[in-house]
Amino acid sequence: MQENYDVAIVGAGPAGISAACVLAGKGIKTIVVERGEYPGAKNISGGVLYGHDLAAIIPDFVEKKCPVERNIIESRLWFLSKSGGYSLSFRDRAFYEKQAFNAFTVGRARFDRWFAEQARAKGALVVCSTVVTDLLRDSNNRVIGVTTDRPEGDLKARVVVLADGINSPLAAKTGFRPEPKPSHIALAVKEVIELPEEIINERFNTETGHGVTIEIIGEITQGMDGIAVIYTNKNSLSVCIGANLSDFMESKVKPYEMLEEFKQHPLVAPLIKDGQAKEYMAHWIAEGGYEAIPQLCGDGYLIAGDSGMLFNALHREGSNMAMTSGRFAAETIAEALDKGDFSRKTLAGYVARLQNSYVIKDLKKYRRFNAFRLQHHELFTTLPRLGSFAAQQMLTVDGVPKKEKQKAICKKFRKEISWGSLIRLLWTGWRSVK
Amino acid sequence: MHFICCIKQVPDTSKVKIDPETNTLIRSGVESIANPYDMVALEAALTLKDTCGGKLTVLSMGPPQAEQVLREAISCGADEAILLSDRAFAGADTLATSYALTRAIEKLAQKTPVDIVCCGKQAIDGDTAQVGPGIATRLGYTQFTYVTEIKEIDTVNARITVKRKVEGGSEIIRGPLPCVLTVELELAKPRRASLPRLIHSLKSEIGVWNAEAIHGDNQKLGLKGSPTWVKKIFSPPFKEGGPRFDARENPRQAVEDCLKTLLADETFAFHLLKQWGQ
Repeated sequence: MQENYDVAIVGAGPAGISAACVLAGKGIKTIVVERGEYPGAKNISGGVLYGHDLAAIIPDFVEKKCPVERNIIESRLWFLSKSGGYSLSFRDRAFYEKQAFNAFTVGRARFDRWFAEQARAKGALVVCSTVVTDLLRDSNNRVIGVTTDRPEGDLKARVVVLADGINSPLAAKTGFRPEPKPSHIALAVKEVIELPEEIINERFNTETGHGVTIEIIGEITQGMDGIAVIYTNKNSLSVCIGANLSDFMESKVKPYEMLEEFKQHPLVAPLIKDGQAKEYMAHWIAEGGYEAIPQLCGDGYLIAGDSGMLFNALHREGSNMAMTSGRFAAETIAEALDKGDFSRKTLAGYVARLQNSYVIKDLKKYRRFNAFRLQHHELFTTLPRLGSFAAQQMLTVDGVPKKEKQKAICKKFRKEISWGSLIRLLWTGWRSVK
Repeated sequence: MHFICCIKQVPDTSKVKIDPETNTLIRSGVESIANPYDMVALEAALTLKDTCGGKLTVLSMGPPQAEQVLREAISCGADEAILLSDRAFAGADTLATSYALTRAIEKLAQKTPVDIVCCGKQAIDGDTAQVGPGIATRLGYTQFTYVTEIKEIDTVNARITVKRKVEGGSEIIRGPLPCVLTVELELAKPRRASLPRLIHSLKSEIGVWNAEAIHGDNQKLGLKGSPTWVKKIFSPPFKEGGPRFDARENPRQAVEDCLKTLLADETFAFHLLKQWGQ
């Protein structure tokens, strides 16, 4: 009764389903194996997707009723001390006219289901509640399928796509990707806070259907290298905060306490006031960047998405890289099927595609960024504190001449951080992202 | 032999909450699952099919998305699936539901005579335990409710022997086929589908029958055929548990404390003496 497939995909997230859509669209016999009860059941990403990468797979995703929560028209950056902070924001009409759906929020449980439906409609099989426990190999150690936790659970396929996310026991077991180092992972906790649509519109100064993202660094991560985000959904806010796992191990900070404190911050509290916490979750984010990318293909297999550590930590872009890497994997496999050759040499076309695209180019550009942040914890401690102190001093009207205030600020700066180290910070920071 | 199993799709009631103000169920965001009792009934039917051979047809009534539970049944080993889905069935209580299911079973029986109908004892969303007996009564089949074990199936004499739960204990009874069984959870543990079966279930056709297909009398279907009215839903007050004794550190002390508390209660001591007296 065993059937053979052209392609078996492990994981029904953005990477796996993207690959399935493209493959099934070409009439290639494709099966996706998902461990959750339905696609998205296990998914807990922050929730921003990018139209450009989705449109390359489903061009008419808006017409096909992609469950968009809000189209992002404004991005804010906050640099916060414990009691206040700086805010910078950018909004443009283009984001709801010419470039609508450039970025948009989704609820992943709903989006992933919808996305998997598109793959099914194209002819891919999506099998849920099934865990891939190992890979099948032939005598030459080539991957020729997967083993699952079900009775008679072997599945033969000519190519296997590993798209099973950052927390992949399979990658660790097969040795295709070494267990990520704590410093290559961020642990984030997230709460979805329900609020009426109109209240969100008012608080974020938006129209119905339009949304805002806020990205936040500063003292909120309690001295750890981390970031918080607030995303607007239709009638809820995703409030998420995370930090590097190695910093968590050292500082012994409890993630949920950090989230609770963040929610009390004077810039955050008014946004979420009277909201009802609906969901709470924790997840890993692949932050290792370029240096942490494993070998992305071998004889009979490819690795896509988070599983391949394809995540841009600076711009918080992951789902787009997942989708595009899934698409590239599919295109490469289609070529390999034409040739009838599934060796690493042929599948390396996948890596070449990634290298020629923004995916590897961006990751390469920011390859020093992870190390930079981890070496400069003052970004999350001294600097936001001093920055806030300076602004607060200058804005306080108390009869003290500004010249004296300036002196006091400079004195405090010198005491806490030397000019030399500040310049070094700026220089290495620039180098890490240039 | 021809086995039929009736399966209902229900909200996962372990996740449903009741709005304390309106006393209505908050169903938004709650996943639908196959009624757990029905999955045990399916397992019972599959086991019977494994021993006696034959065919297993699964039957459900509900909205189009209820086909999900039928696919699940096929993945476990059911041969054919029929979904009764029609606006005319909407709002059915147990009387109208058992009528529609009975009409469907009669239609199935015309093609292949039915031997055993397996149902869950009850659905976890309504807890009435009426549909199974309703089907048995309408079909005139032997009725075995609250079955905890199938002791023997005698295909030669067309008889079945089961163990069933009764007030204060259990009884073993035997009766003629065709019959309806409604089962308890302890009867069996539902199997996990094999991968080939799971894949097969995703590709299977699910037959959908409307009111016309089962030649249903519209006066007996759906809301029209349902004399039951829900007057009020409320949450019963939460019962406080009794005292607890922590036996992790010092079990002896915990038992002593427990006995002391129990014996201080006169009614308990009275009951104890009465028990000894017997």
